[in-house]
This record gives sequence, C-alpha cells and structure tokens, in this order.
Amino acid sequence: MIAIIDYGVGNLFSLEHSLMAVGAQVCVTGEERVLREADHVILPGVGAFGDAARKLRETRLDAVLKQIAASGTPVMGICLGMQLLLDISYEFGEHPGLGLIPGEVRPISDVIPAGLKIPHIGWNALRLTARRFSPDPALPHPIFKAVEPGDCVYFVHSFYGAKCADHVIATTEYGAPLTAAVAKDNVCGCQFHPEKSGDVGLRILKAFCEWDGEGA
Amino acid sequence: MITKRIIPCLDVKDGRVVKGVNFMGLADVSSPVSLAEYYSKCGADELVFYDITASAEGRGLFTDILRQTAERVFIPLTVGGGINSLEDFDRVLKCGADKVSVNSGAIRNPDLIPAAAERYGSQCVVISADVKRVDGAFRVFAKGGRENTGMEAVSWIVRCVENGAGEVVLNSMDTDGVKGGFDLEMLSAVCEAVNVPVIASGGAGCAEDFVKLFEALPRVDAGLAASIFHFGEVTIPDLKRALRERGINVR
Repeated sequence: MIAIIDYGVGNLFSLEHSLMAVGAQVCVTGEERVLREADHVILPGVGAFGDAARKLRETRLDAVLKQIAASGTPVMGICLGMQLLLDISYEFGEHPGLGLIPGEVRPISDVIPAGLKIPHIGWNALRLTARRFSPDPALPHPIFKAVEPGDCVYFVHSFYGAKCADHVIATTEYGAPLTAAVAKDNVCGCQFHPEKSGDVGLRILKAFCEWDGEGA
Repeated sequence: MITKRIIPCLDVKDGRVVKGVNFMGLADVSSPVSLAEYYSKCGADELVFYDITASAEGRGLFTDILRQTAERVFIPLTVGGGINSLEDFDRVLKCGADKVSVNSGAIRNPDLIPAAAERYGSQCVVISADVKRVDGAFRVFAKGGRENTGMEAVSWIVRCVENGAGEVVLNSMDTDGVKGGFDLEMLSAVCEAVNVPVIASGGAGCAEDFVKLFEALPRVDAGLAASIFHFGEVTIPDLKRALRERGINVR
C-alpha cells in the first residue's frame, strides 16, 4: 500500500488517481498508524513553505515522517513536498525543513537571468545527473529507470532546491540548471509534478512504487 | 529550456463538447472525456475545459465530466466558465482542475482574483479575456463576448496580473473562428505589458499559424485552439513536428 500524507495542503485528487492508474493500492491519510504501515509514503504539497511546515508540525506528522524515513521505507516528496525534505527555506522569512536531504530552498530569481518569467511554469526536459553516491554512477536513480533522455515533465515553482550538492539526481534548464529531483538513501523528491506529467510522470510514479529504497 | 505548450480547448455544454464560430451557431463534436484522453495521448500539453452551460443541471454534468477526465488524464487541466466565487473555485478544484480561469466573474467582482490568489496561489488563477477592437482600441467583452465593458484591454489584464492572476489567456474576438492566424498585434501588446505566461487564443487555422505565432512573439508561451483539433484539420503530432522542424522547442 502506498500512502499519500494528508495534512490539509493542496489537492490530492490527481495524485491519488495517477497512482491508481499505475496499479498501486493508494490511501490518502493523516493517520499515523496507517502511514507507519505503508510500503511507500508520498509527501505532497503546494502553496507556501511556512504554512505547510507549520501544518506538518501541528499534526506532528513531521516527527512521524522522519521516523518512517529512518526505518527505510521509500519516501517521495513532490513539489513543495520535495522542498520540505530539505534543511531550510528562505521563502518569506526563514523556515526549518525536515532535514532529510541536505539543501536550502531559494528563489529561482537568484540564479536565472532577469527577464525570464517567474514562476517557471510548463513542460521542461529532465537531465539526469551522474550520482557519486550510487553503487553504479552510470545508472540513473531507480525512480528514473524508465525515463529516456529528453523526456519532459511539468513544473510550477518559484523556489528551488539550492546547495543539494551530490544529492541532485536530475536538473532542468531554465536559463540556469535548476534542481528537478533530489535523493538520499531511501528518500527522494521531485520538484515537478509526476501526476501531471503524462506518461513520463506515470512511469516515474510506477518506478517509485516498485522501488525498495535500495541502490540509490 | 521550457517548451511551448499546445492546448486544445473544449467548450462543454450539457456534458458535450461544442465549438462556436465567432461564438455563434454551436455544433456538437464529441464526448469531452474521450476527446480529452485522445488529446493527452496525442501529446497535448494541457487541456482547457470551458463550461458554457447556464443551468444548475448543466453545472452538475460538467463537474461529473471533469472528475471523470481528471481520473484518466494526467496533464494539467484548466477550467473556466461560470466562475464567479471562491465556492466555484473550490467546486472545480475538488474535481481535479489544476487552474481556474475567470472572465466575466472577475469583471463583475474585482475581489475575486485577489481572494482566489491568496487562497489557492497565483499559479492557480488564470485571467481569460475576450478582446475586440472597437474604434481602434482594444476593449474587454463580458458574457461570452456579448457585452462590451468599455474597459481598455491591456490595462485591465495588467491590473488582473497585479491582483494575482498567474497566467493570461488572450482570446481575440476579431480573429476567433476566422482561421486566418492568431492576432499577433493584440498578443504583442499584452506580452509587452505582463511578465506571466500568455496563452494565445483565437484564429488558428493551420500548423503554420502556430509557427508564425512563436516565431513572431517568442514571449508567447502557448497556443490554444478548438475546432481545428476537434475536426482533425490539424493533428497535434503533425503540429509538433512542424514546430520542431522550425526550431521551436516543443515536448
């Protein structure tokens, strides 16, 4: 069973149905017991980092998720959910994240050329990065095992994961390379929306459902 | 770099797809759910559903159709038509819409865009403007193009963006249904005035019209059309091939 964490942030309709479309048994829940029993856990999120981090804390799901991650269960953060996995965000102030993957959330305006539209909205190509921590650096991260060079996914964001160093597993080009996905051990995160990225997105979700958290 | 988006638009009335020519004389085309699935498989980058029903039963049919589509089609869905309140935003977002486009509702109620942007985020709020030249000036029309509001279009769109709209659909009533190409002059005026994505609508008759659009106006992010796709005059794979051959970045 794959659990989508429901902590009162965003619309989970498409995510739930996209996982069902790849044959997963899905549960949208904020219940600690159900989350702990899940084989895979997804942290979704849209909106402002500060609000979402506060809601996770108020529901005490932040601590639960950290324990689930420490137990080896594969965890995926999506969009703001990916950003929440990092150490800290500088979106409207300073907000601590979950610290499951090293990195900071910074405005894309720090790195992209002036004149480009913000947010970065639309379909953009994934560039898979060589992974120094991987047993086989030539192989993509397991969630990207069915992604072909040039495959595009759907992005909507104004902030990005900075200083994620060797934990970046894919980038996308928007006047500058932006972090598209990150991973550390059994935890991964996508800045883009796999549930809105057509067949490529479904392949990524399917690969996540099949991933045992190893080999990353 | 980010790709140019191709967006088929489905006008839905009583649960069926229709497309007006210059907003008059509606002709039934097909089932919205199967058409949406077909477009997604063909490589459409996004879909727009416009609800042109006036009745409560029609509204209900529309949300059923939307839910069925969002259960099967995993590309961004924008919904418009009859959006007058935050409750309307809520109603369609719960059924799987990703973005909500407002038109007459924003004209009637100036607080709608700021309130929606605050609650759902700017990325969720699209201003859709029906614009027509009247005595040499661009004017905003309401009620599906039937009523001249007298407002100057570019300043209206700028104000909507300042109030929180994250994307603009510019529908030129002068070129809509004519199939003689997009309204480059009108689009250029809007692109120079805003720094959010602009979607061109109205006038596409062939693949070359999209090539001309993106070549002439690199700041346009997407091209939207309805009947040429519904009637198979242009297929999305052929259109994308034509764009790629001319060096325009598409998915």
